[in-house]
Amino acid sequence: MTARLQVIAPGPLTTVQDQGRPGYGATGVSASGAADRASLAAANRLVGNRPGAAGLETTMGGLTVRAHDPVAVAVTGPGVAIDVDGTPVGSHCRIHLRAGQVLAVSAPSAGLRNYVAVRGGIVRIEREAASGAREVFGSELGSLSSDYLSGLGQPPVSADDQLLASAAQAPLPAADLIPHRAPEHGSTVVLPIVWGPRDDWFTPDARRLLVTQAWTVSQDVDRVGVRVGGAEPLARARGGELASEPMVTGALQVPADGQPVVFLADHPVTGGYPVIAVVRASALGAAAQLRPGDDVRFSG
Amino acid sequence: MLVEFTETDSGETDSAVSPQVLPFIHAAAAARDRPSGIIEVVPAARTVLIGFDPSVTSAEAVRAWCRAVADHPEPAGARGSADPRAQITIPVVYDGPDLADVAEATGMTMDDIIAAHTGQDWQVAFTGFAPGFGYLIGGDPRLRVPRRATPRTAVPAGSVGLAGGFSGVYPRSSPGGWQIIGHTTARLWRPDRDPPALLRPGVTVRFVVDDGRAAESGQAR
Repeated sequence: MTARLQVIAPGPLTTVQDQGRPGYGATGVSASGAADRASLAAANRLVGNRPGAAGLETTMGGLTVRAHDPVAVAVTGPGVAIDVDGTPVGSHCRIHLRAGQVLAVSAPSAGLRNYVAVRGGIVRIEREAASGAREVFGSELGSLSSDYLSGLGQPPVSADDQLLASAAQAPLPAADLIPHRAPEHGSTVVLPIVWGPRDDWFTPDARRLLVTQAWTVSQDVDRVGVRVGGAEPLARARGGELASEPMVTGALQVPADGQPVVFLADHPVTGGYPVIAVVRASALGAAAQLRPGDDVRFSG
Repeated sequence: MLVEFTETDSGETDSAVSPQVLPFIHAAAAARDRPSGIIEVVPAARTVLIGFDPSVTSAEAVRAWCRAVADHPEPAGARGSADPRAQITIPVVYDGPDLADVAEATGMTMDDIIAAHTGQDWQVAFTGFAPGFGYLIGGDPRLRVPRRATPRTAVPAGSVGLAGGFSGVYPRSSPGGWQIIGHTTARLWRPDRDPPALLRPGVTVRFVVDDGRAAESGQAR
């Protein structure tokens, strides 16, 4: 049996995200998908879905949805207050919604993005257009993910959208909650890096600064990347322009002003600024949870 | 894994794309000729990104495959698997706002520019900032012009431009610094088409003057 949920309020930005569209880089399409893949996978695990099944990615909470049918859901990401019909329930555990119940996800006290998995996985979004016609959004290139940069996939979720989950494929797991490490408000996030491919474009001083200086997350945070700022910009050891080259998620690209940008899921496929280092895959989820004002350090 | 071709290897330092990248352009187009575990091959001007799944294959195996591709530019079966739509004709109305600037920069007349742009086959070397945007190489070398000093904040979809030895067509309205010489009604990106991108690495493109009689834009030939 399938389940339907109705969006009552989407908060600042809620998108449908899954495992994305890997393999289309040569046509100019980035993988996109959940910015914090591990958190989406954890939410899916709790409701018996495959790791990359489509769920909702919230940005600073504010999401409320009403279940039309009984359905199991789970919310992961940074620790966050959640309630069902106004009664507090837990994050990182399975929640059984009865028909008509309303789930509300608030803003996390630290971190940025929460993930709501729906048993069966979201397979379709229906929206009533101004004309009264019903628009149906399915997958594009094998994914439902909203890609902010290319405009592929679904537009962000809006009030009154209907989310359809498919019939569940697997039994519910025995575990109905999973442990998580909550980012502490006010603590410094440490992101491990590997150097290169263009660390030789920077002065020895710049390479030292990258891993010793305190960096602060700027206001420029979206699904494309996170711009960080430091007291001293990273200076180049050589002039000239880099021939455009392919980019990866986690790349620390350094524009002319010397303040790096950490690329996230919707990064451009190619770029013309040198990449001094790349955030390790294990820390991409933490990078995706950075929010303006957070303190960051990079460890080499 | 990022594979780089140094300029000293190429011998042709003024070319827009390193010649060594070209075999990988074929590899990017021919997904089924790749060993399992290689998720994607993304060619750029002097580098190629090989995305692979380390649970399926190893960095050593990927390195060995890269060497084999570099040493054997036409892998067995590559011709047989060539995409029948790999040759594309794009009709262009040559009315771009930068035609006069391009004429001044190249010392050519506008008619010369149109003749040069339509007179040779171009090839998609790699793709870039937007789905469906192909960097075209192999055109008339006289058309090598710099980017505009100040990029435009919005270049309309279908704009045909030149920059640094490349030609390209904007798939959708976006900021851009290329010199715009014309426009086309060809649709560079259609999600309902498989593959959605008209221009993919390895595809050959011929621009023709749109005299208003072209039956269909962006048709295969």
